[in-house]
Amino acid sequence: MPHDDVDHPHRRPDRPDQDHPLTYAQTLEIALRELLVEKEVFTAEEINAQISRMDSRSPAIGAQVVARAWTDPDFKARLLADGSAACRAVGVEVEAMKLVVVENDEATHNMLVCTLCSCYPRNLLGLPPDWYKQRAYRTRAVREPRKVLAEFGLTLPEGVRVQVHDSTADMRYLVLPRRPEGTEAWDAERLAALVTRDSMIGVGLASPPETTPA
Amino acid sequence: MTEETASERLTPPNFAPPYWDASALKPRFSMGKRVRVRRGAPPGHVRTPWYVRGRVGVVERICGHFADPQELAYRRDGTPKQPLYRVRFALSDLWSAAEPGFGLEDTIDVEIYEGWLEPYFDYGGDFAAESAKIEREIADAAR
Amino acid sequence: MELLGEQGAIDLDQHDFALWEKRVDALLVLASARGYFTVDGLRRVLEDMGPEAFERFSYYERWVQAVAQNLVEAGVVTLEELRAKTEEVAARGSTYGEASLAGTSTGEGA
Repeated sequence: MPHDDVDHPHRRPDRPDQDHPLTYAQTLEIALRELLVEKEVFTAEEINAQISRMDSRSPAIGAQVVARAWTDPDFKARLLADGSAACRAVGVEVEAMKLVVVENDEATHNMLVCTLCSCYPRNLLGLPPDWYKQRAYRTRAVREPRKVLAEFGLTLPEGVRVQVHDSTADMRYLVLPRRPEGTEAWDAERLAALVTRDSMIGVGLASPPETTPA
Repeated sequence: MTEETASERLTPPNFAPPYWDASALKPRFSMGKRVRVRRGAPPGHVRTPWYVRGRVGVVERICGHFADPQELAYRRDGTPKQPLYRVRFALSDLWSAAEPGFGLEDTIDVEIYEGWLEPYFDYGGDFAAESAKIEREIADAAR
Repeated sequence: MELLGEQGAIDLDQHDFALWEKRVDALLVLASARGYFTVDGLRRVLEDMGPEAFERFSYYERWVQAVAQNLVEAGVVTLEELRAKTEEVAARGSTYGEASLAGTSTGEGA
């Protein structure tokens, strides 16, 4: 492959948009897309539809799943046994994703990483945040998870074991965070607002109830 | 991590692999079994991280059967499908505790294809019984 | 690719995904769904680029090249077609907006 884009090392936080000088990667993207449309591998409309589908995915979907698990013990049991089947049964689109849900409790805190690339439960959380794909997170999460959690502002109480999950192969993971105390009377819809993206990756906790108005 | 303490932590209990292929190879290792990751460095696309190669862990669950990514990566069909395991390791077995960013109880689960795993014998334990048990399992698997 | 040895702090800055990045993502999802390559084939190419590529290129800069390589291997496009098309695209203008043909944008300010 030609590598003629060597003028821009270390520029990952950059926001290349329509007004920046055309890069080689952008040229390649346009060329590939147009060739594949010409060859009828897919249509331009299908590309746009796929982007819309991607844009429609966000941590709000995962939050619904978590809130339902908090309020429906049968659903939670099914979710822990076979995450994908449980999601499909309640109309949450997971496509081919093979989901494993891991539950936090008083003795265990789960956190997710993909050391080999960027595997992430995209159907439930959208695209992964930049830090999830960075070298620092990927190398350190498996080696010093407690230091990493501290950087996210999370210090676990004594007696809680950290359980890291490295998505090295075919499974994708979602953390089922602990339900915040003081929410016993809440319904799933209200609970979902407490479920942060970071709590479902395991670098944070669900928000305490006082953070959202009733 | 001993087999007993690790087994107690296995979750969820009686997990049935959702991605089971009855026509594929019967898994060689059962849940709770101690295994060692092959200490290999084959060329090509490999999904077994370096940090667990040569290390001993415990089978947390069998995920089911999956096409071999080392084959798929080169445009082959990845058959025969391989059993895929989640293997649990104690972080203290993987990293030096000199600069611990982890607790001694902390663990990591890694997905590993069967071809990368071999049985682990603890020579401090009952080697003969362990060995006979594994022989039986291999014989069962071949049946 | 397994990366080794990094001890630095985690950078929590988030960039907004650009249209071209989303399009790379979309075309790899669609082309792999049609069986032209596997995610393992993409990862192989990303790994073969080596650690230098990880430092020098952004995430989707690496992925678009991995998609191109896999499509060439699959025989969907030839290197000749790709060269001719990239030259044609580059000649259209000096920004992404100018180089993208009208009618194939998604309305994100394009």
